[in-house]
Parts: sequence; C-alpha cells; structure tokens
Amino acid sequence: MEIVRTKDVVYEYIRRDDEGEVTGVVTAVDHVSLEVEQGDFVAILGHNGSGKSTLAKHFNAILVPEEGTVWVDGIDTAQDERVWKVRQTAGMVFQNPDNQIIGQVVEEDVGFGPENMGVPTEEIWKRVNESLKAVGMYEYRKHSPNKLSGGQKQRVSIAGVLAMRPKCIVLDEPTAMLDPNGRKEVLAAVKELNKSEKVSVILITHYMEEVVDADKVFVMDAGKVVMSGTPREIFSQVERLKELRLDVPQATLLAYELKKKGIRLKDGILTQEELIEAVEKYGNNS
Amino acid sequence: MFRDITLGQFYQTDSVIHRLDPRVKLLGTVLFFVSLFCFNNPVGYAVAMLFLAMVIIISNVPFTYMIKGLRSIIFILLITVVVNLFAVTGEPVVSFWKLTVTKEGIIQAVYMIFKLSMLIIGSSIVTLTTTPNNLTDGLEKGLGFLKIFKVPVHEVAMMMSIALRFIPILLEETDKIMKAQLARGADFESGNIFKRVKAYVPILVPLFVSAFRRANDLAMAMEARCYRGGASRTKMKPLKYAGRDVIAYVILFVYTAGSIVAGRLPAFSIDSLFAMVKSIIER
Amino acid sequence: MAIILDHVNYIYGADTGTPVHALKDVCLSIPDGQFIGIIGHTGSGKSTLMQHLNGLVKASSGAIYYDGENIYDKGYNLKKLRTKVGLVFQYPEHQLFEETVIKDVAFGPKNLKLDKKECELRAYDALKKVGFPDELIYASPFDLSGGQKRRVAIAGVLAMNPQVLILDEPTAGLDPQGQKEILNLIKKLRDESGLTILLVSHSMEDVAEYVDRIVVMNKGEVFLDNTPKEVFKHYKELEEIGLAAPQVTYIMHELAAKGYDVDVNATTIAEAADSIAAMLRQ
Repeated sequence: MEIVRTKDVVYEYIRRDDEGEVTGVVTAVDHVSLEVEQGDFVAILGHNGSGKSTLAKHFNAILVPEEGTVWVDGIDTAQDERVWKVRQTAGMVFQNPDNQIIGQVVEEDVGFGPENMGVPTEEIWKRVNESLKAVGMYEYRKHSPNKLSGGQKQRVSIAGVLAMRPKCIVLDEPTAMLDPNGRKEVLAAVKELNKSEKVSVILITHYMEEVVDADKVFVMDAGKVVMSGTPREIFSQVERLKELRLDVPQATLLAYELKKKGIRLKDGILTQEELIEAVEKYGNNS
Repeated sequence: MFRDITLGQFYQTDSVIHRLDPRVKLLGTVLFFVSLFCFNNPVGYAVAMLFLAMVIIISNVPFTYMIKGLRSIIFILLITVVVNLFAVTGEPVVSFWKLTVTKEGIIQAVYMIFKLSMLIIGSSIVTLTTTPNNLTDGLEKGLGFLKIFKVPVHEVAMMMSIALRFIPILLEETDKIMKAQLARGADFESGNIFKRVKAYVPILVPLFVSAFRRANDLAMAMEARCYRGGASRTKMKPLKYAGRDVIAYVILFVYTAGSIVAGRLPAFSIDSLFAMVKSIIER
Repeated sequence: MAIILDHVNYIYGADTGTPVHALKDVCLSIPDGQFIGIIGHTGSGKSTLMQHLNGLVKASSGAIYYDGENIYDKGYNLKKLRTKVGLVFQYPEHQLFEETVIKDVAFGPKNLKLDKKECELRAYDALKKVGFPDELIYASPFDLSGGQKRRVAIAGVLAMNPQVLILDEPTAGLDPQGQKEILNLIKKLRDESGLTILLVSHSMEDVAEYVDRIVVMNKGEVFLDNTPKEVFKHYKELEEIGLAAPQVTYIMHELAAKGYDVDVNATTIAEAADSIAAMLRQ
C-alpha cells in the first residue's frame, strides 16, 4: 500500500506588489501525481525554485492543494478534522537546524511532539529515549541544542519527529546548510531508520550523492515531475540532468566523460566501485 | 561581544536547587524580593546575604559566572549610587560646589548597591538553575489560576520559553551582521547621536528580517509537530512536589518570617548600631 | 607580496577560564593575483582566519602585513584596509537591508564618502561584474531568488573596489548549477579584474578545479599548504582529519593499485577521463 499518494496537485502563489495588487501567479506545483510505497526510500530532486519544497509541505498538511488531492496513509489531507493524524503519520524535518528546535534541552525538544499529541508521561520518556538512541544522540540528551553541530541538531530534529511514531518522514533539504561531515551523519541516520525501523523516507535534496541508494527518484522542474525512476535510470541521463540545473555523482560524470571520448562503459554507473569494475572489464575485453 | 550575557541562561550542572520544583524557586524569588524591600537595617541585609550565599553554594553554579550577569547592569548601579549620594537629604558629610553628600545618602547608596546586586543575582539563580521549559511549566502551573480571568497563561509561557531559546541565536546573528557591515565600511562609532542611531539601520533591518524568517520557520516546525495550544497537551516532565520541595517551602517560610522580624527590629537599626560603635570607642 | 601573516595566534575566552586557541602560529604569504582555496571542516579556524585579514578580529599575538605595513601598527587605517580586503561572509544575502538592489550595493561606496553619482556608478559596475540583470536593479533585494541575492551581496563588497576578495563558503545552500555559476563568476573576477581571491570551502571537489593553491586548516593550524595536486597526494592524512580528497583521486589511486597505468595526480574529472582513456586505448 502507498503511504503518500498525490493526484493532479496544483498549488499557486499569488505575487502582490506593495499596494497589494496582484502582479502575477506563480504555479509552484503543477499537476503532480506520484505515489510513495510504504517502507520505501524516495528522493525528490530539483534545483532551487523547482517547487520541490512546496510539494513536500503538502505531505504534512502544512499546505493543502488548491486543485487535486493528497492522501497520506489513505487520509485526504484537505480534511480539516484529520490534519493532526496526517501530521503524526508523516513527520517533517526542515532545512534550517536552528529554526526547528523548540526545547532548550535536547530531550525536552524530542518530547515536544508527543506532548502535543497528548501521549502519557511515561510513554513520552520511553519514546524520547528510543528516538534519541535511534539517531545516536542519546548521550547528548541533557545538552543545550545551541552547543551542538549542525549535523547533530538535525539528528535531534529527526528524533523529535521519530518520537511521534510516524509511518513516514519527509525531510526538506535537511543537509543543505551542513558541512560534508554533518551531511554524512544525517544521511546515515536517515538510511538506518529506513532500514531498521521500516519508516518510509521522502528526502528532498539537490545533492546527488544522497540519492544513489534511493528506491525511487522523482526529478522536479517548474512545478512538474519531469523524470522518475531508479537512481540508475535517472543518472544515466546526464545531459538531461544538466539541463535541469542538476549534477550527477562524480563517478557517473567520469563514466560520461569517458563515453564522450569513445570509451563505452556500461550504463548507469553510480559509485566509485562500479566505475572501477567497469574499467577493469573494459580493459579485459579489449 | 555579546557572549558575556548570562542573565536568562541555563547553567548545566546538577544540584538540589536544580532539581527543586520551579514553583518553589519562583515563589522563593518573590519572597526574597519582598524580604529585600522590608529591610532597613544591616542585620536584615546580613540575613539576606547569608541566605543568598547558602543558595549559591548549594546551586553548584560558580559565583564568578553569576557575577558576570552583574556586569551588564553596572551602569544602572552607578547611576543609583550617584543619585542616592547627592539626592538624599540629611546630615551633611562632605560638600563641594552645589552638591552635598549626606550620611543618610551614603547609607542609602550602600543599601541600594546591596539591594540591586542581590535582586539581580537572586533572580539569575532561578534562570541559571531551571531550564526554560521547566521555568515556563512552573509559571504556567503556578499562575494557572489566572486562566479564570481569561489570561492566556499557556501562550505567554510558551512565548517566553521560545524567546529564551532564540536569544543566543539572535545575539550571534547580530554580531555577524555587524561584522559584515563593518566589512563594507560601516561606521558605528563616530558622529553625533542621531548619526549613530542611523548607522544601526543596516544592522536592525537584516536582524528583523531574520527574526521574522526564523519565527515563520519555527511556527511551521511547531505545527508540523502537532502543536495546537495548551489544551490537550500532556507533559514530559509534569510538575510534582517531592519531599525536598516541602522542606524548601518550610525553609522559605522561616526565612521570610525571620527576615521580616529582623528587618523591623529597632534594636538593630543603623542609628543604634552607630551608637553602639560610638560607645565602644568612647569606652 | 600583498598579505603576509607572521606567527598569528588567536585565543579567545581567556576570561571564562576555558580559553580556546582558535589560531595557532599561522604563517602565510598571499601574493597578488593568486586564487587560494582555504579548506577545513567546521571549527578548524578557517573563518576566524579570514576575519583577521581585514582587521575585524585582532590577533592575540603575531603580525599581519598588508603591502608591507603592519595592520596592528598604531595609527594604521583599518577602515581603509577593509576597502582593500573585501570580505563576503557566509550567507551574505542575510545582510541586505536597503529598499533597492542598487542602493544596497552602493552602501559600501557611500561609507567611503564618495559623491552620490560615483556611488551609483560603482554599484552599477559591481552589479555588471556579477552578471546581475539590468531590469532588476531597482527591485527590492528581498524579492530576489537565492542565487541573485547572493550576487547582490557579493556586488556589495566588490563596489568597494577591493584588491583582495575573501569569500566564506559562497556556494552554501545553492543548487549545483547555482554553485557552479558562483564559482565561475569568482574565477572570472580573478581573470578579468586581477583580484586576489581567497575562497573558504568545505569541498575539495569545488576548489580543485579553480584554485592555484590550497591551504588546509586543522584545529587552528595550517595543516597543508600547496598546489591542489600536491595537497591531494596526502589524501590519507586528509581523511584522518575528517576531510577527503575529490572522489577522482580515490578512483585513480584504486586503479593504479590494481596495476593500471593511470595518472594518480589527476584532480579533475577531465584530467581523469583523459588519463583513463589513454590507458584503455593502449
């Protein structure tokens, strides 16, 4: 069964000038239909302004489509009375690590969601401890978030969502403001959750290396889903991705450059290991 | 340059004071303030100081760390001293030009220094030993009765807690913006007061923009985590009185009663003290 | 020699009892016109180092010479230094404040007490240099896209006509194409205007293609200081301090280890492709 399904979703921003007159309409999400299977790791790629973040906010009922429908675990997000159920089912982690931590002690922040849901005290503690352990931040439970690194702050935010026991976590560019080490930390934590806790993951990003292991990738441009498929299928279209202001992993790019020089390695190389293997194979055959 | 501000910041350590119920600490602070205003003799101040010293020692927060909070109000302290020195009428001690320092003035000034310092340190103990969440929980529950009068206690408490969380972030940001504008040749130091105020526009505008952006982000993050006001919330750390809280209440009661009595005793008034000293010298 | 750092140390927080040694005995010389990448992870001291170069932070000990003059000398004009050494902070668009783009960019020249015409001229020039579209110069900077805001912020520093441009992670938060555009823009500034560039970055891949020289910072010290090729030869040491060489370096080393005759010093995709292609064609 799918955890998230959208059908012909449209969302428009109305631009106004200083006097409040409408100067234009920007269609941020333009007839998007997609499905995310329960337990999958799905990535949504797109350049800045492609509408991917606006779409992500629909998965959590922060935005409600103007046209079309979004179902989260079978619930139509436009139903006002079930909005809390939707938000609990699809938790959301945002880009800026500083602007989403509410508590001044790590464990208190992680407990914020369950508190809002009316979870009994003992159960909150159980969930907080489990969530912090799941992202490897348990030792920091008594720390002030201000003293943590960006990667650690994001992991606390993930724990905060996890404590709500969601079926799905939507991460809206969680690594855009982090350094490479922080990026690795966060991504490792997310992958681990997907694997061991069977939480569905929807990762919105523009870093290509992060989506290599995804089950499915959607690429957005101008509010539309313009490509979808496995990472291998997506990354074999280097030219097309470049047109969409995106990049490909270095190994893929190297294979592509070799191809331009007349050395055809197999299609869809994503990692260093695959590239080396392909070069070896090519060397043996010629 | 803003890193020195300790007022309103939690100090991470463990002590009985840290573990006390925030309601005890809040009531304690109020009672301590009241007691300070009851005193008009040195014995009262000595009692208050002893009490404060005791709390500081138990709290495990380094005294030097607390004192840093005083630095930010040193200017206010100075003004109070000067005003008291010259404005209080009474027995003249020294006089020059049109100003006269009186005995009463000196006494008042010394009192005020003690009073204000103890006020600041006393209130900083609460924030240093209580996490903001805990503090606002205490306020929310302690003042819960105000809800009858339609006071939005939960909302105010939540606002306070968020404000406290973002103070260090915004201070750091101010520092950064200031440096960035300095790098573009901005000058915050020269010119008359009007010019200087104007020079701060390039700092304040980005700061406000950033504060609004953060507020917006935070509101969204809170909503995403199912925040919908205080109504159906449960607590991760519900406030429950423990044995130590009862003991603390008793101590507070004894202190308040004792200090009110000590502060009022005429035998300990400053004049009788002077008389005593005089008599000892004369003898 | 434009800038020389002579045994610069910076220690802060001495009064709190836990002093932090943010810079340790840093010695560097930065010749005119060089394009330098400063690499290090968060907390390595690279940003602190940058703020020393235009006098925003004062070293605890040591000296910094700009064009032969010690900037810590009494009476040295720090304000003038700041016009010569332009500093673009991380997320510089967060410092925009004026009503229009052109006014914001003119803030720097205005502070130099230039007349109004000259200010606007300089602002316009700077906007041209960063490739900002003419039709938007009277727009509010707050209405622009992220990439354009960043260009405006960089123009704001360029309008001071600096000789040295320091950029603290100028590509942070931009999408891949946006990152490339900014890096190409910086390269163009160096090539066309002869600016000395110091580019602070986390990413080896980013700088490998652009810079003449890489300075690796670790725990407040200069860990490596050499051409990209030489620096990446130490890829194992880089890993030990939490950094990594470009992926290409690893691929080439792995291939070499398997007995293939490839150039392990290739640092860019293009070089690597050439080397592998040549090897496979043999």
